Amino acid sequence: MNDLLVTCTALTKRYGRKTALAGVNLELGRGRIVGLLGPNGSGKTTLIKILCGLLQPSEGAVLVDGAPVGPYTKSIISYLPDRMYFADWMKATDLFDLFADFYSDFDRTRAMSMCASLGVTPSDRLKSMSKGTKEKVQLVLVMARKAQLYLLDEPIAGVDPAARDFILGTILTNYNESGTVLLSTHLISDIEKVLDEAVFLKDGAVTLHDTVDAIREREGKSVDALFREIFRAHDFEGGAF
Amino acid sequence: MEWRFTEDRPIWQQLTEQLTVRILKGVYPSGSRLPTVRELAAQAGVNPNTMQRALVQLEADGLAVGSRTAGRTVTEDEAVIQAARRERARDAVALCLQILEELGYTKSDALAFVKEELRDE
Repeated sequence: MNDLLVTCTALTKRYGRKTALAGVNLELGRGRIVGLLGPNGSGKTTLIKILCGLLQPSEGAVLVDGAPVGPYTKSIISYLPDRMYFADWMKATDLFDLFADFYSDFDRTRAMSMCASLGVTPSDRLKSMSKGTKEKVQLVLVMARKAQLYLLDEPIAGVDPAARDFILGTILTNYNESGTVLLSTHLISDIEKVLDEAVFLKDGAVTLHDTVDAIREREGKSVDALFREIFRAHDFEGGAF
Repeated sequence: MEWRFTEDRPIWQQLTEQLTVRILKGVYPSGSRLPTVRELAAQAGVNPNTMQRALVQLEADGLAVGSRTAGRTVTEDEAVIQAARRERARDAVALCLQILEELGYTKSDALAFVKEELRDE
């Protein structure tokens, strides 16, 4: 086992003439919950997609558990995409079969009990489920694996505030203790207290990486407040509104 | 008792304070076993590592006594608990005085006012 779970070195990704990631250097240890925080278009999803091998970097290197992205790293990464990719006619139980086939670390019993505590009926078809319920099913699929790295892209964006607490609770109680959770969001105040570390991404570069408590101690304010300060109104020419 | 957090300070410090209050109030009585880190973290909705840090501080304060195998228990040393109670009370009085001074009371005015309020009760 490698001490560092994730190492990104000078990671750059360009889409044509647009640069999405501009030399990201990032090291993540084990057993942490890390928030990947940044405004829309700052490169959060691009970084996550490179880590799980859906995108190739233009330059730079990524190591996950000491290995370059490939079949091995895919087997230890559990990824929650920012959108739904399952066929509507399937039931949650069909998806459990699928995941049990694909991933040897998928725990079906745990998936069923998570469904029960989240109030999801696994025998329902996805078609008949609300957006929030579908997101819960996806979260169950991802968290029921005993992975080393959980990559969660906007896991709480589409659900109501009550369900949000429940989902955060699910993440807290279900992640593998030696594993690391990297979750991207811009709803910082909701998740701040579950995070160990915060990574600020701005215009494709890491501008801050520290523990939440160290940030609070140094700045005398919450990570959410600091985030608002750093990213305030920059996107809007002409300043304050 | 609900867990509440303010914006301006590290979460682990606030957890230590709130655990201390629970011990003083007898939510976790002297000599009883504290819930595990994971249970407490789930209750408070915080990261287990943050809760762990708060508990380590609670041990350093002498309020919790740790053992790897049996978990943590609340201290049975009354002197430690009384000292923690006085400490909390001192903080509360200092805060109260600060607010009264902001309202324009001198220390002696404040004392007179508090006495008056107590008599009315």
